[in-house]
Parts: sequence; C-alpha cells; structure tokens
Amino acid sequence: MIKFEGIKKSFGDNHVLRGVDLHIPKGESMVIIGGSGTGKSVALKCVLGLVTPDEGTILVDGKDARAGDRDAFLARFGMLFQAAALFDSLPVWQNVAFRLMRGSLKRPEEEARAIAIEKLRRVGLKADVADRLPAELSGGMQKRVGLARAIAAEPEIIFFDEPTTGLDPIMSGVINDLIREIVVEMGATAMTITHDMSSVRAIADKVAMLHDGVIQWTGPVADMDKSGDPYVTQFISGSADGPIEAVR
Amino acid sequence: MSLLANTLGSLGATFFAFLAAIGRVAIFAAQTLRHALTPPFYIKEFGQALLSVGYFSLPVVGLTTIFTGGALALQIYAGGARFNAEAVVPQIVAIGMVRELGPVLVGLMIAARVTSSIAAEIATMKVTEQIDALVTLSTHPMKYLTVPRVLAALLVVPLLVGIGDIIGIMGGYLVATKTLGFNEAAYLQNTADFLQASDIISSLIKGSVFGGIAAIMGCYYGMNSGRGAQGVGKATKSSVEAAAVLILAANFILTGIFFSA
Repeated sequence: MIKFEGIKKSFGDNHVLRGVDLHIPKGESMVIIGGSGTGKSVALKCVLGLVTPDEGTILVDGKDARAGDRDAFLARFGMLFQAAALFDSLPVWQNVAFRLMRGSLKRPEEEARAIAIEKLRRVGLKADVADRLPAELSGGMQKRVGLARAIAAEPEIIFFDEPTTGLDPIMSGVINDLIREIVVEMGATAMTITHDMSSVRAIADKVAMLHDGVIQWTGPVADMDKSGDPYVTQFISGSADGPIEAVR
Repeated sequence: MSLLANTLGSLGATFFAFLAAIGRVAIFAAQTLRHALTPPFYIKEFGQALLSVGYFSLPVVGLTTIFTGGALALQIYAGGARFNAEAVVPQIVAIGMVRELGPVLVGLMIAARVTSSIAAEIATMKVTEQIDALVTLSTHPMKYLTVPRVLAALLVVPLLVGIGDIIGIMGGYLVATKTLGFNEAAYLQNTADFLQASDIISSLIKGSVFGGIAAIMGCYYGMNSGRGAQGVGKATKSSVEAAAVLILAANFILTGIFFSA
C-alpha cells in the first residue's frame, strides 16, 4: 500500500535519509524504530508532503504520493502527532471534528459534534471533555484527543509519531492498547515511529530499523528478538556497545 | 586591499540578503492575495480576526490618540505664541492628526499589538506542529491563518485610524477648551472648516496599507519562525521591527504621493 523507493533527504550537510526502501502492505501495522535524530519523523512526513524528498519516490496504492488531488489524498490519512498538536484556540470537540467541518468531508455542525463525542468515547474520554480547551487537559488526555482526531474521518491509513513520548508507563500502555484496538477494528494501515520498545511490541505487525539513513532490518515483530541484526539487537537491549554510536 | 575587499564583500552580502528578504516577503504577499481570491474561504476565522484586530485594539488606539492630540494642542499653542499664532491650534491639530499622527500612531500600535500577537501565535503553532496538523487535515495554512488576518487588517485598520483621528482631535479640543481658553463651538467649526475630504481619504488609505503591512509581517515571520522558544521570540521581535520600519517608510512614500504637489 505504501512503498518507499530510494528516498533521500538532506538538510544542509546533514544527510538524514540516504536511500530508504520500505514496503507497508494494506492493513498492516508497521513500526519504524531507531534512535533520536535518525530521520524517522522525516520519513513519515515525506509521505504526507510535509517534507519533500530530494530523491526517490513514495507510492501509495501504486500512485506517486505527490501527484493527483491533494485534498482527496490527505483525506485518506489520519495522524497522531508527538505532542498531539491540538489547536489551542478550539475546544476539544472542534479539534476532533476539524476535518468534518471543512473541505470535502464537511458535515452539519450537529452531526460533526456527535461524531466527535463518539470518537472521544472510543478513546476513553467522557462527553464533558468536548467543550474544554486543550490546555485544560493532561498530557495523556491530549494524546487521546489527538488519537480521536486522527480517526474521526475513518481514514484508511493512520500515522503515529512517537505516540507514548512524555507519558507515564501506565498511560503509555493505555495508549498502545488503544492504538492496537483501533487499527485492528478499522482495518487501517498503520505506520508508527517510536523508540519505545513497549509500543513496538504492543502495536507492530512488522518492525523496520532505521539507522544511518537506511532501513537496516525489517521483519515480523515476533522475529525481532532473534533477528541477529547487530543494530536491532543493540537497540532492543539498550546497550552502549555495538554499531550504533552512543553519542551522536 | 584585503580589508577593503572584505568590507565591500560584507556590504554586498548584506545588501543581497536584504533584497532576498524583500523578495521573499513580496512572494508571501502575492501568495496571500492569490489564496484570498480562491476558495475555500474561512468566514468564521475572518470574523474572529476582525474582532481581534479591530474591536480589541480600540482601547489602545483611543488612549494613544487622545493623549497625542492633547499634547499636540499644548505644543502648537506654546510654539505658536512665539509669533502670535496661538489661534491656529484647531487647524494644526486637525491636519496633524488626520494626515500624519493618526495613521502612523495607529499603524505603530497595531504593529505592537497585532503583529506581535499574530507572529507569536503562528510561530507557536509552527513549533508545536499545529501547522503540520492543519496540512494533514487538508487545510492550507495560508488560507486558514494568513488570509483571514490580512483581510481583516486591511478592512478594519482604516476604521481604527478614522476613530483615532476623531479621538485625537477631541484630545486637542479638550485641552484647548478646558485649559487654553478656546471657545468650544469655534474650535469645532475651525476644525471642520479646515479639514478637506482628501485629508480624510489619505488617512484611511494609509490605515489600510499599514494594516496590511502589520498583518503580513506577523504572518510571514510566524510562518518562517525557527525552532523552540527562541525561534518564537525572534520571530515576534523581527515581525514588529519590520512592520514598524515598513509602516514609517510607507508613510513617507504615501505622504509624498498624496501631498507633494
């Protein structure tokens, strides 16, 4: 469904992606792991057009991600951002229903609000949260609202950018379980980037290890622990010894 | 020789950087215009921008212009006394406020209040990935954030200038009639007789241009801010500096166009 072919991206002298090749089949949950600053977020943003690759092609259902109707293309995606990226000036329900109140997916306001409240319920939040502002919510609640916004328009493809960053272990577990449930329930294709191994084990069907700008290893999550790949082994163990430099 | 070459090289680089910055702002303004003319249009955001730029700026505009009008009356009275021309206070206050001080002060107040607010808000949205979130939600950031603010400023700042002109004249009127012994009816009559339609029209046009500059600079620096708190702070500071300088430069050019004959 999503195919990276030789994606390269540099920021000045910093060659972040040096030729990423990766295939994510339809309905599969792919988790990309790797250290901080290895280009995981850049790879994800390349798909959505938030970052333009210097070289290479990204295909979604066999079509170039940069070609065609942009609105229709983006309507297929939902995304949970690292810090939720909720709009401060809008109440929670309008954040969740943002896409349903504008553009090609626009609905009447009452219907959009009802859908938003249903999605909030789906992520474990009560209806009384709907009229509060994002700044009035805890980090975990903001992540849930971000998740509700990502799924509000029933997307085919959902991206999760560091979904558990900044959360305590219990809340991380809750978010991981929610993500897994929702992805399975919706039959969506998911791409998650994280360096939280508990997320990897909870969310992934397949795992890809990104380091030095290329995918070093990819395979089913069940094979990860016995992959034999020195990068994956070091990353999982959290050891300072190995091919990944401890100081970058 | 090498010192001279280095100095010239540095000056040249600065000059070209300045030209490049002007080019980027011009392209940004042209993109704003293009997005303003093509759907979708965000009416609710436009209404909110009208309130934010216009209505909520009224107190600062009123206070700034009333004190300036009062001070202007005192200055003209004291200066005019040197050659027995104290009687021109109403006329000079009116022309000074409407042609120059009203639009410039309101423009600078808008730069301080609105440009900084727009730049800080949009820059914060950028560093917290809210701009990226807009894109993923199929919403063009320029259409949603820039166009409503710029259009609102273009429309509402002339109104603020008109209100500022009136309040400034009333400041002069209060000082002149309550402390300098001017007759109330005669003061108002002199003011009304002296002002021409072209003075008022030039004032309103200046207001629209200054409003556009203030909003575009806020949006431009917000959209192009660097990372983190430092990036937001720098964007805010640069936007106010640029807006204030451009407003004063535009005022000089417009004054030349309207009144050079």
